[in-house]
Amino acid sequence: METRQKILLLDDEPDLLELYREMLAQLPSRPEIHTATSGPRAMALLEAHPFRLFICDLKLPKMDGLQVLSIVRRKYPNLRTVVLTSVSDDQFRSRVYALGVDLYWQKPSSEQETRMFLECIESLLGREPEEAGFRGVQSKSLVDLIQLECLSQSSSTLRITNGPLTGNIWILNGELVDAETEGVTGEEAFRKILAWKAGNFEILPPEPERPRQILKSCNALLLETAQALDESAGGETPPGDVGARPASRLATVAQLPEVEFVLAADGPVGSPRAESLGLENPERLAVWLGRTLERFSALGEQLQAGPLEQVVGLGLQRNVALAARGESRLCVGWRYSLNAAEVRERMKKVMATWF
Amino acid sequence: MVLKKLFSRAAPPPLRLPSGSFTVDREGTIVVSTLPSDFPTALVREIGHHARETFQEARAAQLPLNELIVHYGGLKIVARELRGGALVFLSPVTPISPARSAGDPSL
Repeated sequence: METRQKILLLDDEPDLLELYREMLAQLPSRPEIHTATSGPRAMALLEAHPFRLFICDLKLPKMDGLQVLSIVRRKYPNLRTVVLTSVSDDQFRSRVYALGVDLYWQKPSSEQETRMFLECIESLLGREPEEAGFRGVQSKSLVDLIQLECLSQSSSTLRITNGPLTGNIWILNGELVDAETEGVTGEEAFRKILAWKAGNFEILPPEPERPRQILKSCNALLLETAQALDESAGGETPPGDVGARPASRLATVAQLPEVEFVLAADGPVGSPRAESLGLENPERLAVWLGRTLERFSALGEQLQAGPLEQVVGLGLQRNVALAARGESRLCVGWRYSLNAAEVRERMKKVMATWF
Repeated sequence: MVLKKLFSRAAPPPLRLPSGSFTVDREGTIVVSTLPSDFPTALVREIGHHARETFQEARAAQLPLNELIVHYGGLKIVARELRGGALVFLSPVTPISPARSAGDPSL
């Protein structure tokens, strides 16, 4: 027997909940709709049922939508999430996407907007949960989206986020104009971005002034990139990749230009297990690393500022960058001559291979 | 139902991330601030406290720092060490200007 997918709707307005329940119940996949009028009630329902999609308002009493979403994204990373709100503010939109939410949608005010919203919801329900793949506007794949933008002669800037890495692809009147990531631009950057297996993307306004660096057609470049990826599949494992021994991973990072030391730690913040290269007394620094990350993670939750990505410290003798994923914490010391932006960019690359 | 609607309180919007700066002295007192007045003072104090504490602990761990940049998905905090206190810049990250920030000359 085919089971119906479950949707959980959270809004503090019972009338609106009822309206959306009726609308969503008529989707072609006939989902089962559950409703909640508060964050704690929604959390309780999420514990009790295997939901496929969570639709949440931002303005909620006691526990607002951003607080609920930050918990939901952490506890249920495979749950599709949508923000449906009357708040039209770029800052909130940005923060919602930073949390990894699939869709930010203003409450529809016309029949056409309602229809588009329902189509998006149906599309989200139709996609199988995947380990890899891109999550972003309408949950399309990145190649699909680039082809769609080019075929429809659109002008836009695609921002793609893959963990700590960010890339931009500029499209003007359906032509690929430029791409940028990890300090490279043009075709090289485009190939790098397309090699990412997962991430989020956003569509930003076009930048008509962007100088053209990609001269090939969209389809030719997509084809070339796909061939290059096929050829490289099954090749060498990148240094520092999953499965490498911790000591050799430390050595790989320590050998990077401008790196002065590497410290990796996990376990309790007060008495961590630490391994390091280039440090004489790593114990105190390992405690400071844990305490600093713990302190600023908690502050980020309080401020609802989105996930803590990185902490950079600049000193007269050396600079440092700190980051964590779950229990695993990493501190890399960099030459004092690097500026904050350079430390951040280099640390992003280290994080991409480390975590 | 109508009466219930009339007397029901609308839920407040989520906290807006502020843009601006403040200075906190070595005692933890906010000396001057350009942050919006509706941003909770307790949170401003807490940010200042964390910045000062991080500088102090870094010094104790023999890693003296004079600037700290904390990157969140939606906010960047830049704190500069100021004789035991700190000068702190807050700048929300928006889709238009993800890295650059108001009043923050460092990036």
